[in-house]
Amino acid sequence: MTLADPADRALLAALQDGLGPDARPYAALAARCGLNEDEVLQRLQRWRGCGLIRRFGLVVHHRALGYTANAMVVWDVPDERVDEVGRRLAAEPAVHLCYRRRRALPRWPFNLYCMVHGRDRATVRATVADIAARLGLEDVPHRLLFSLRRFKQTGARFIHDTP
Amino acid sequence: MNTLDAVDRALINTLQDGLPIEARPFAALAAELGLDEETLVERLQALAARGLVFRIGPLYNAERFGGALTLAALHAPEATYEAIAERVNRHPEVAHNYRREHHLNMWFVVAAETPHRLAEVLAEIETETGCRVFDFSREAEFHVDLRFPV
Repeated sequence: MTLADPADRALLAALQDGLGPDARPYAALAARCGLNEDEVLQRLQRWRGCGLIRRFGLVVHHRALGYTANAMVVWDVPDERVDEVGRRLAAEPAVHLCYRRRRALPRWPFNLYCMVHGRDRATVRATVADIAARLGLEDVPHRLLFSLRRFKQTGARFIHDTP
Repeated sequence: MNTLDAVDRALINTLQDGLPIEARPFAALAAELGLDEETLVERLQALAARGLVFRIGPLYNAERFGGALTLAALHAPEATYEAIAERVNRHPEVAHNYRREHHLNMWFVVAAETPHRLAEVLAEIETETGCRVFDFSREAEFHVDLRFPV
């Protein structure tokens, strides 16, 4: 897939708004981008097959569903251990996302990030403490950055053409 | 939240695992739940109207089509926090923006068609807000699973 292909580009742009709740949602999507339903299905299957689409499904408003405590847990892991620790954190059911990111020294020493969601802060704190204890990470400096307010939530939109 | 019945829960849980890419993607699930497709679609519409469901769509590996995505942060002074959030969010490339408890108190995800455009957006935000923008682009990914069982 390449954005140089007008059909791929049109499909990607149309899909930024997601599928409508419709018994034949791909036909409706096709109509929005000037393709037919079969072409859309074939392209999307190809995109998923090659890993361009990692998941195609329902995205929920987790706060509205009761997951109101949301902590970004950041860790300052020695470089030689960070990938191993990342893999072990990723295997924890409570961990939703886990990435290694660049430090911004001197103020921001953290290089491993994971998201832990829960119904209240005490539960999230206990979950993180339990993970740290079981994985032997008590001595690894880490912080829980709870979210206080969500200012914006849209899906990631990559194409911003003015119509 | 408390008013989700068993069918709503099954819909939310199953469809978070993924939607088939086929002409009638809800048919099999509807049959499994003993519903017709139309009823299932109405259920989804109702969940969306209640603000529980955000959208049905893909999660991309954006790099594979040349796109770019990053997590950025800045420190906004208390007195101007709201105005800075408004400036940041005005960019269509900003996908979401959370206030978090730290000196770096504004965390937002930026998506763009190319890495070049992404860098431009971060620079624009820096100029507009007068705040230094930290680009915490990811260096490795260990896990992505954004499913929330109900």
